Amino acid sequence: MLLIRCPYCEEERPELEFRNAGEAHIARSANMAGESDDDFEKFFFIRSNPKGIIYERWRHMHGCARFFNAVRDTVTDKFIMTYKAGEPKPSNLPKISNEVVAK
Amino acid sequence: MSGAFRIPGAGRLKQAKTARFNFDGQAYTGIEGDTLASALLANGVHLVGRSFKYHRPRGILSAGAEEPNALVEIKRDAARKTPNVRATVQELYDGLEAQSQNRWPSLSFDVGAVNDIASPLFSAGFYYKTFMWPKAAWKSLYEPKIRAAAGLGVSPDQPDPDHYSSRYGHCDVLVLGGGAAGIAAALAAAETGVRVILADEQAEFGGSLRFETGAGIDGQDGFAWAQAAIAELQGMDNVRVLSRTTAFGYYAQNFVGLVERVSDHLSTPGHDLPRERLWQVRAKRVVLASGAIERHMVFADNDRPGIMLAGAARTYLNHYGVAVGRQVGVYTANDSAYAAAIDLKKAGVQVAAIVDLRDHPTGPVIDEARALGIEVNFGRAVIRAGGKLRVSSMTVQPKNGGGERTIPVDAILMSAGWTPSVHLFSQSRGKVAFNDETKRFVPGTYAQDCVSVGACNGTDGLSATIDEAYAAGEKAAKDTGAKTVKSNRPKVDASESWSRGMLGAAPGAGPDTTVKAFVDFQNDVTAKDIRQAVHEGMRSIEHVKRFTTNGMATDQGKTSNMHGLAIAAEELGKPIPEVGLTTFRAPYTPVTFGAIVSHARGPLFDPTRKTAIHPWAEAQGAVFEDVGQWKRAWYFPKAGEDMHAAVDRECVAVRKTAGLFDASTLGKIEVVGPDAAKFMELLYTNPWEKLEPGRCRYGIMLREDGFIYDDGVVGRLAPDRFHVTTTTGGAPRVMNHMEDYLQTEFPHLNVWLTSITEQWAVIAVQGPKSRDIIAPLVEGIDMSDEALPHMSVREGKICGVPTRLFRMSFTGERGFEVNVPADYGQAVWEALWAEGQKHDAAAYGTEAMHVLRAEKGYIIVGQDTDGTVTPNDAGLDWAVGKKKADFVGIRGMARPDLVAKGRKQLVGLKTKDPKVVLEEGAQIVEDPKQAIPMKMIGHVTSSYWSENCGRSIALALVAGGRDRMGDTLYVPMPNGVIEVEVSSMVFFDETGGRLNG
Ligand SMILES: [Zn+2]
Repeated sequence: MLLIRCPYCEEERPELEFRNAGEAHIARSANMAGESDDDFEKFFFIRSNPKGIIYERWRHMHGCARFFNAVRDTVTDKFIMTYKAGEPKPSNLPKISNEVVAK
Repeated sequence: MSGAFRIPGAGRLKQAKTARFNFDGQAYTGIEGDTLASALLANGVHLVGRSFKYHRPRGILSAGAEEPNALVEIKRDAARKTPNVRATVQELYDGLEAQSQNRWPSLSFDVGAVNDIASPLFSAGFYYKTFMWPKAAWKSLYEPKIRAAAGLGVSPDQPDPDHYSSRYGHCDVLVLGGGAAGIAAALAAAETGVRVILADEQAEFGGSLRFETGAGIDGQDGFAWAQAAIAELQGMDNVRVLSRTTAFGYYAQNFVGLVERVSDHLSTPGHDLPRERLWQVRAKRVVLASGAIERHMVFADNDRPGIMLAGAARTYLNHYGVAVGRQVGVYTANDSAYAAAIDLKKAGVQVAAIVDLRDHPTGPVIDEARALGIEVNFGRAVIRAGGKLRVSSMTVQPKNGGGERTIPVDAILMSAGWTPSVHLFSQSRGKVAFNDETKRFVPGTYAQDCVSVGACNGTDGLSATIDEAYAAGEKAAKDTGAKTVKSNRPKVDASESWSRGMLGAAPGAGPDTTVKAFVDFQNDVTAKDIRQAVHEGMRSIEHVKRFTTNGMATDQGKTSNMHGLAIAAEELGKPIPEVGLTTFRAPYTPVTFGAIVSHARGPLFDPTRKTAIHPWAEAQGAVFEDVGQWKRAWYFPKAGEDMHAAVDRECVAVRKTAGLFDASTLGKIEVVGPDAAKFMELLYTNPWEKLEPGRCRYGIMLREDGFIYDDGVVGRLAPDRFHVTTTTGGAPRVMNHMEDYLQTEFPHLNVWLTSITEQWAVIAVQGPKSRDIIAPLVEGIDMSDEALPHMSVREGKICGVPTRLFRMSFTGERGFEVNVPADYGQAVWEALWAEGQKHDAAAYGTEAMHVLRAEKGYIIVGQDTDGTVTPNDAGLDWAVGKKKADFVGIRGMARPDLVAKGRKQLVGLKTKDPKVVLEEGAQIVEDPKQAIPMKMIGHVTSSYWSENCGRSIALALVAGGRDRMGDTLYVPMPNGVIEVEVSSMVFFDETGGRLNG
């Protein structure tokens, strides 16, 4: 079970309290009705599904109930950082500390 | 005397308490503190099971969790039968009953052993090859036969009467393994004051100190030191010591699963005791001290009972005081077996000979063995074992060929070396590295905050182990914030040390095709099978493993993986690291479902939700149905009524007089705030800004893709307050959907959302007499049609308690939904029921509710829609605000395929024969005479007998349905084709006059 830091509660809590809510930073158009078919397709259907760093939304469902964003490595499952909804996509990611090589 | 092979004065068990036990109907005596294995060996019993595939007689290989052979059934009573228990792990208790497995009619005469003679048929990959054809025979013939013949124990067929418990644990330093290394690490961490958990799978701590007579620490014998250290740790407030506890899984972020066996070792476990306890521990640092597992020698017939690991024989002697034979042979490629020979010899057991595969080994143990007069042979191999139900001899030959010599023995102790237990490290996603010099895989790259110490890290010798472990314990404590370090490092006075050994098959293992030199005992995989897999084209070790099943049994190849890998590598002509190790997966040893499920079974498996009115319905004899987690009254049968009769009566009563229905499970959300109307505009297709307070509207919610997501009646209580209802099943996801948009897409809107499903009980009163029933109980609300028209809502009082009184209808009759605070739900229901009796009203359940709404063509989201239905498809275009600039789904709804002609549309269906009721889900075709597979143009979504219409009615999704009004279509069924006519969805009161009737 993963530990996830809720940026609102400012606490690491067990995964059971959270629910994943799909990829982050996909903006809904202010002029939704006027979107082209192609743009709607990109908005609604196309997801990056990367091997590596993903920006995704989580909800602290059984806690403060807030949606927030997270950066996670899909290979190691490690959370690199979490941040509040509405904050810009971070450009400089912190290095994960415990990827150590023994001896 | 507790067995003829118990050596007086040897071992650590107190002779005081004897324990009687029973194996295959035969009574024996052991000592408390024995394992079942040591007690059997003390009685000279080596034959304990039959093997999986060849039904070969099998004995006891090990003295621990790695045991592949000695699997038995332990039986307490008819329901408490545990198959596949390792006799080497099961502690003896007075009255224990064990039975051998996988044999018929008896252990010594087993009919299935014919497989052994016919073994060429059962070579590697035989399941894949032999039973390929004909395909149909697989299910009917091959699989059941194979399952019956192979397989290990038999599962109990009664519910498990035991209970299990579950705990979360948190600590700074979790130490897994309680041998010398684990104890040293735990001491170092514990002395700093940080929170420590130390767990070991055995009943007693000490690990290999149980058999290493040459170990001395802090002036004591190694095992005595271990006991003293554990007592010290147990006395510390910051330490939890868990014995009989196996760490079976290492998960993300230092989350470790452990199972504590609480009462399996007790003769009469108290009812308050759980059988097992699951620990889910989150640790800041983990110290892995899981030790090493000895490997066997791979030679012909190396599975005969009496042939065992040298370290195991030492454990049986030095800990349990049991000699595993009277005339033992030793076969080794490594020093450690010498110590076993020396210990046994000193205890008075005859050691026939030591056969060492190495050419010129030197060292103190070899000298000591010689000094004791033990015959030592170098550069020789045991090429086969004699005997069947018990080993009777070993045949020795120079390893490069030459004259054979057969030596009579009643046991063979073997050691090919020790394999570091990297299972948990590997589960933590760490990567192992191959040490070419010592031929061992050891921890390489770490992926989590853990460290390996001692034998599991490839560290040899007690001194080096304790130094390394103590330092690691101190560092782990410091890393988690410990300030003071005491450094009371234990001092090692005497130590045993060995390493190396061999991997793969010894010279006696083949290449003769009939030789059975076992690599994996539990799955009956021989050296020949692995070679054959390579010859048949398997290149990856993962393929070799699956083809031969090497390492895939319940022991997960603890003794066999490295041998299998080495043989495959040799055959492939590649170095071992290039062939690679198979992945280790949880669980380390088998875990019961009971421990995982714990209390979450029966009524506690899933929460049950009951409405405030539930007790009344129960008292009335209602039959309930499950709707999600809710229990809903399905129908209220009177004496002698079946479901059909009850539902017909309920449906007729509602339209004739009135009916009362518990609608409390309906999802309810309050949308409040200055921007509440704006928010509603965005979340629902309908317009809301102009809806006057006091009025209601049927709302449709879409997903962004334009498909119907939910629906429900919404009442506007005030300009800034909406009372939204959702479907029963949809309440949580609608709330989530609303919160998602409010928090992330429309955060500028000043709105609060509150789930009020549980706060309000809802009593629907429907039918021509509904107002007459309610009115006498209501205060402060004008109930006239002018003041309270259809689709309106008022706040006031009923029976003296607050109510939100909706005038609305899901039946097509004049109707009301009385919302009252849930605590008053049953009282108000009873008051309304009493009034209802004056008007011949009936209580009706969900089945009648479904029929009544279908008679009116009202849809149920999730039944008549399936996530691919647009408002237009459902005939609900009228509920979509045409002038709105935006709402969720506005763009998706306009996608080309969603506005194309020929989409499936919701319509009514009338069977030509009114008595025939269609099956929900039945497919619809245009031409029933066409060839199969027919072109299906739709399906039935709802179908009922309607007593009010005097005929069957149905709703269906049909391609281009609204252009087919009056057309005849067909529903092909197994018993013939049913003719139907496409109709309006409204079957009753088409003008809607009864809403005010
Ligand atoms: Zn939170």
